[in-house]
This record gives sequence, structure tokens and C-alpha cells, in this order.
Amino acid sequence: MSLKSKLHELKLKYQGKKMAPAFNAFHTFLFSPDETTHAGGTHVKAADDLKRTMNTVIMALIPVLLFSMFNAGYQHYSAINGFPADFSVMNDFLTWDNFWIGIIKVLPLVVVSYGVGLLVEFIFAVIKGHEVEEGYLVTGMLVPLIVPIDTPLWMLSVAVVFGVVIGKEVFGGTGMNILNPALTIRAFLFFAYPTWMSGDKVWVYGARERSEEILAGANVDAISGETILGYLAQNKGAEMTYSVSDMFFGFIPGSVGETSAFLILLGGLFLIYTKIASWRIMVSAVIGSLVMGLIFNQIVDFGWIAESSKFYGLMSFDFWKHLIVGGLAFGIVYMATDPVTGSQTNKGKWFYGFFIGFISVMIRVFNPAYPEGVFLAILLMNVFAPTIDHYVIRGNIKNRMKRLKNATIYPKDSDGKAEELKAETV
Amino acid sequence: MSKDIRIKKGLNINLVGAAEQTTSKAVLSNVYAIQLSDFHGITPKMIVKQGAEVKAGEPLFYNKNMRDMLFVSPVSGELVEIERGDRRRILTLKILADKTQEAFAGAALDVEKASKGELKAALLKSGCWPFIKQRPYDVVANPDATPKSIFISGYSSAPLQADLDYVLQGKEKELQAAITALGKLTPGKVHVAVSGSGNSPLTSLKGIELHKVSGPHPAGLVGTHISKLDPINKGETVWTVSPQDLVIIGEYLLTGKFNAERIVALVGSSVKAPKYYSTKIGAEISTFLYASGVNEENFRVINGDVLTGSKSKPDGFLGFYNNTVTVIPEGDDYELFGWNKPVFNKISATRALTFSWMQPKKKYELDTNTNGEHRAFVVTGQYEEVFPMDIFPMQLLKACMVEDLDEMEQLGLYEVAPEDFSLTEFICISKQPHQKIIREGLDLLQKEIG
Repeated sequence: MSLKSKLHELKLKYQGKKMAPAFNAFHTFLFSPDETTHAGGTHVKAADDLKRTMNTVIMALIPVLLFSMFNAGYQHYSAINGFPADFSVMNDFLTWDNFWIGIIKVLPLVVVSYGVGLLVEFIFAVIKGHEVEEGYLVTGMLVPLIVPIDTPLWMLSVAVVFGVVIGKEVFGGTGMNILNPALTIRAFLFFAYPTWMSGDKVWVYGARERSEEILAGANVDAISGETILGYLAQNKGAEMTYSVSDMFFGFIPGSVGETSAFLILLGGLFLIYTKIASWRIMVSAVIGSLVMGLIFNQIVDFGWIAESSKFYGLMSFDFWKHLIVGGLAFGIVYMATDPVTGSQTNKGKWFYGFFIGFISVMIRVFNPAYPEGVFLAILLMNVFAPTIDHYVIRGNIKNRMKRLKNATIYPKDSDGKAEELKAETV
Repeated sequence: MSKDIRIKKGLNINLVGAAEQTTSKAVLSNVYAIQLSDFHGITPKMIVKQGAEVKAGEPLFYNKNMRDMLFVSPVSGELVEIERGDRRRILTLKILADKTQEAFAGAALDVEKASKGELKAALLKSGCWPFIKQRPYDVVANPDATPKSIFISGYSSAPLQADLDYVLQGKEKELQAAITALGKLTPGKVHVAVSGSGNSPLTSLKGIELHKVSGPHPAGLVGTHISKLDPINKGETVWTVSPQDLVIIGEYLLTGKFNAERIVALVGSSVKAPKYYSTKIGAEISTFLYASGVNEENFRVINGDVLTGSKSKPDGFLGFYNNTVTVIPEGDDYELFGWNKPVFNKISATRALTFSWMQPKKKYELDTNTNGEHRAFVVTGQYEEVFPMDIFPMQLLKACMVEDLDEMEQLGLYEVAPEDFSLTEFICISKQPHQKIIREGLDLLQKEIG
């Protein structure tokens, strides 16, 4: 008996039972279901379903994940031994040693994120008796990529439970949530455990322990793992040794998967090409961040701000470089484009994206404790997305109402002669 | 001045099994049936009893809410069965056909001279009225209302739909009579849309506003034309008639006889020799299905096209409005890793490892598999790609689902029929039943606001 028919029998056996959703989740993972179209609808359907859609986003994230695993090791060893003098990608970056650090530090984050998140999803599916929905497939991959590498696994677990339950399931599951679940998890971590989420000791594996050793009196010579934005926020831009190409290709410290603007750009192009993510949001968010960056650059050019000001470092940062450092690119491509929490109308998407870029850079510059604002900007715009849509849809309704004023409504044809009457205006 | 319609948003679904342009005469059906599911919202009151002898065109029942609106038998014979469902609701009326057909004599009418009232009475009495449908609500037209315009689509853009240019050949006289009559029923225009590239008999008619349409499906749906030319406002009425039904109307007006004959396209990838058959409304589908032959064991017979048709059986009956019968394979089988492997043999509106966009001319053999499970609405912006009206499709669907009457009105539910949402339903990633949602929304709106 083939696997297919065996599973089919099991499916019939579980039908109507409590555990059916759990079984079906595994079954539909192996085989797309044998369901046929119902009466009263189309008899054929297009090839895509939600699993395929989510899978496409994951495919766009895989290169970023692999890069981040190498970068984890590269940053770790560079912090101990200093950056290699003549850097070559093959000899200094894509090495087994680097990847091994990725395996012991990044992979556990991925496993815990998926394990805990899917467990919560399964429990909710069984309790509520609906199918396990695919939303967490993407969330589970995003979460490990947007946290600092040294985040303890128990912390991540707590945050994931919070994010999935409060961020999504209480609203009714995938498709019903107001806030992006991955960013809810990130925000929870940020506000619950701020010392683990910011500063110059969290972005590189081992930096925290080393600093503790140094405090304890050990004589270790090491580069601190400050991010570029961290340098700039302290007006120490001059001390920074990273080149523009380092920033663009991602050989810099930062949250696990946010560093390589290059691979994120490729992922974004892939998502636009497959028509899975909205190009409108991506393009308008890039425009929004450039506009805000230009405004800050102009302020510096006009000399409206003193060089001693604590905002000077970030404000004088070239406007376009904002896109290749920090989490802005990652946020724009993978988080802002979440269709559930973003604007749903095409016109609304332009405004939604623009403000994400604009506010991200604004928060980045003015946030005193933590020079990064993408996740806050996206969460803020998640909240405003329905309002944006409301006004876009109002516009459509207003046109319809205007048309209604010139409607030709004829009286009921009881006396045989129809006279044109102007419709009562509504 | 006639205005041409060119749409960009849409999707052509090219399927295997288009009908060859030859027409055979179908074997005479023993039993003919009128299916009440074709007349949405009509409650029948029987005129004749079970076992009664009727002639072709003789009334069988009337609309309970409108005594004048009669529904007639397509053939002469004996009313052998009244099939009832829950609460004795009538489902199907079956008529055992006589060997020699007799027509019920009505009165021919001089359409040029007849008054509006005479025409209306004649159409109601003859059983031709139900061919006229109205919007809002997508139901049989209310004869009391005066439509602001009448729309006729002579362009078949739905997948594998019968080619109207072909089946209407030689029917100019009947079409003209029907158009002249309809023209008198509206103070507005009679809009006729034809394919921009085709050669439709409709183009030569007088008393119409001719529009050439081009673009992908739904370019042929009347809803698309209405929204581009004369969108419906609250309180307004628009009537629509399909051109093949015009032929029956026209023939009645010219001869006084209700002739239920119709040329039907038998299509689909499961049909061995897809082509046209001349048969009658209500004929058993098997009378022509097996003449062409079917390829497989496990197939589905659809009364209509694959997007809007209703599920039937080989021993089912041709619907009142249908000119296409589609037969495609059932897709009740599992597919290993169907959700993530590259797909070459199915149509998709995305490019997520689906490659139908690379070969827009390729013809596909789609089956009835849903290709995924039902989910909440997640993805946005995709319906708009195939929806040419000035309406927010997802927002309207959601308004219908939560039964918000104000929103339904404001978002334009008066302007649409379920068939306008067939393409969005086809591409829907969440596999939501759009047409059902719109149908229920329309029913609710009609019940509450009327």
C-alpha cells in the first residue's frame, strides 16, 4: 500500500477528531489535498495557495539566512583577531570556521523560533478546531533574523509565545492580526530585555562575555562590536573602519540577518518578480527614507545644527547610506510588505510605504537610547494602515455618490408612461 | 457615438477542448427538464398538474409574486414528474416528449407598430420574459421597472464558451425583431458589445449602440461593459439578455411560436470531439455528450463554462440560459509536495514557481482540484489585477461577509453580479468562494432594501 493511500486512510480516521488539524497540517505538507471545487463557484482554480505564497517568501529569505551564518563567525573572529588586512570573500568569509559559528549560534535561534511558534499554532488549531495556518512559516524565519545573535534562547521562546498569542491568535489567527507578529516579538524583546537588545556588546557572538572578562580584569585586546549606527549616534563616525562596500554586501555587525543589503535587494527583486510582495510598498518606502535622509542632510548643510549636537553624526550621514546600514532594507523588503498588516489598497500602499521609510529614518536619528527605528515605524504604520485604506475607499465611495446625483431613476411602470426623475440626493 | 471598450485588467484562461466549428443535430431527448435553480429567487406556482399534456410553449407555472410572468414548456409532451426538495420546494419539472411535436399557438406581433404595453404582455405571456435579466441583484427582470438601458454581450471571452459569432450566423432577422422590441422597453439605449476582431451578425443590426471590445476575460461579461459605459446607481435598473436568447424572443415575435432550439458548444479536455450541437433547452446532456465521447472515467459535467457554470451529471439537463456544456476531469487526488514544487501544467496569476506567464498562448488541461485549502483573506492587491471595474473587490466581499448593508451599497454591490467575481475567485490564494459571497450579499440586499 502506498504512502498516499495510507495517509488517506489515516485522514479519514482522524476526521472530526480533536487532533485532526494537527494531522492535516503534516498531511498537507506532504501532499496537497484531494479537495475538489464546490458547487456554486468556479470549477477550476489557479495553482497558487497560501502555502506556496509563504514558501516563496521563505525562499527569498534563505540566502539572507546563509549569509548571516557566515557573518556570525566572521564578526566573531574579527572581533578577536582584528579584521583581515586584505579581505577576500573566499578565504576570510566563506570558511567552515565561520559557518560553524553560524551553526551553533544562528541555527538554534531558527529551531527555537519555529519549534515554539508552531507549537503555539498547533495548540490553538486543535483547541479552536481550525486548520493550522501558514502565517507562522514566514514569521518563524523572520524572527531569528531580526534579533541580536547573543539573544538567549529562553528569552526568544518567551517572546515568540507572547508574539504569536497576543500578536496574532487573539485576533483570530493568520489574516486577522493588526500588528506584524515578527515585529511584535521583536518589540517585546526590546522593551522587556533592553540590555540584551542594544548597546555595543550584543551584535557579535562572544562580545558580551569578553566585556565581562575585561571588567573582571582580564587583559584581552578586542574590537568592540559596535554597529555603524551606534558609532554615528555617538558622533564617532570617524573611528569607523567599514567601507561602503562592506555596508552594502553586509560584512558588518548587526542583527543576525539584517546586514547584507545586497542579498536583501536580490530577495526583494525576487518577491517583486514573483508578484508575491507589493513593489509599491518597497518603492515608496525607499523614497520615504531618502526624503527624510535628504532633509537631515540639508539641515546639516545649512548649518542649522552644531557639530557638537548629539544628532550631528546621524544627521550628517549621507542620505542614501541609511538604506544599506541597519535594518531598514530588511524591514522594507520583508516586513513592511506583509499584506495582512499593511495597507490593502494600491493607492494606500504608496502612503503606507512612504511613511515607513520616512519615520524609520526619523526615529533612527532622534532615538537617544537605540539608533534604529524600522521596527517601530512599521508597527506604527501597521496601526495606521486601516486609516489610510479608509480614506482611499472613501474616495471611491465619494465618486459613486457623485454619480448617484445624476442617476436616471424611472418610476415603476404601472401607468405605462415613464418620466425621467432626478434621484433624491443621498 | 459608439464607444469602444478596451480593458487591460483580466486573465485569459486558455483550456484544451475548444469546440470545432461544425454543428451536429443532437439525438432527440426523451425527457426534457426545467430546473428551478436557473431562476434565482423565483417561487413557482404550478398551472398544470402532474400527468398533464402540454404543448411546446404552453405555460407550466407562473411567478408567485407576479401572476403575469409565465414559464413555458420547451417541448410538447407529458409532465411526468415534479421533483421536490426540502419543504416541498419544486426543483425540477420533467416532461416526456411526444414523438410528433406540437406548438402552442401564440400570436405574432408587428414589432414596428406594437406598443410598449403590448410587447411587454406578449413577452410575459410567451415565456420569453425570463430570458431578460436585471441588475441590481442579477435576477429575472422585474417587468414593472423601466431600465435605463439594456446590455447585450456578443463577445464570448469566458474559457471555452460557445463562440457567439458562429452560433448566431443567419439569425439576423430574429435578432433584429428582438432588438426592436427591447428598444421600445427602455427610454435609454440598447448597448451591444462585440469582439473587436470578430465578425458578429450583431454588427449589422439597427437601433443599437455598437461597441467593440478588446482585452482579456472578463472583457466579454456584460458587467464589465455596464461599468465602463453606464454604471448602475442605487435605484436604477439595467437589463441584460444573452444574444442566443434574443433569437428565441425574436422568433416568437415573428411567428408566435416559442422555439426552444439552441446551438450548444460541448467543450472541455475530457471530451473526445468537442463541437457544436443543435438541441433544445432542457434536453438531457447525455443525448449529445456520448456522441462526442469522453476521455476518462472520472469527469465532471458543467452546465455552462468552468468559471460560472453549475455542476451537473451526464443524465442532467441543459440549463435555461446555457449555451455551453463543459466536461473536465475531476481532481480528487493528492499531489506530492503540490504546494512547493514548480508548476508547469496549471494556470497562475503569480510567478511563485508557476510558469504559466511564460506561455500565454499555451492551452491547459485543468481539473477540479482546489490546489490548496480554504483560508482567511491574506494576500492583497491580486484581485485588482484581474478586476476591471472601479470597485474594491476585497472590501466589497468583506462587506458582504459581515452583512454590512451600508458598506455593500456604498462599495458598489448594485453594479455587480456573481459572475463578475468569477475571475477573482479563480485566482484567489485563500480559495474563498467569491461568487457565493456576492450571491448571498445580493440576496440580503434585495430582501432588506428591495
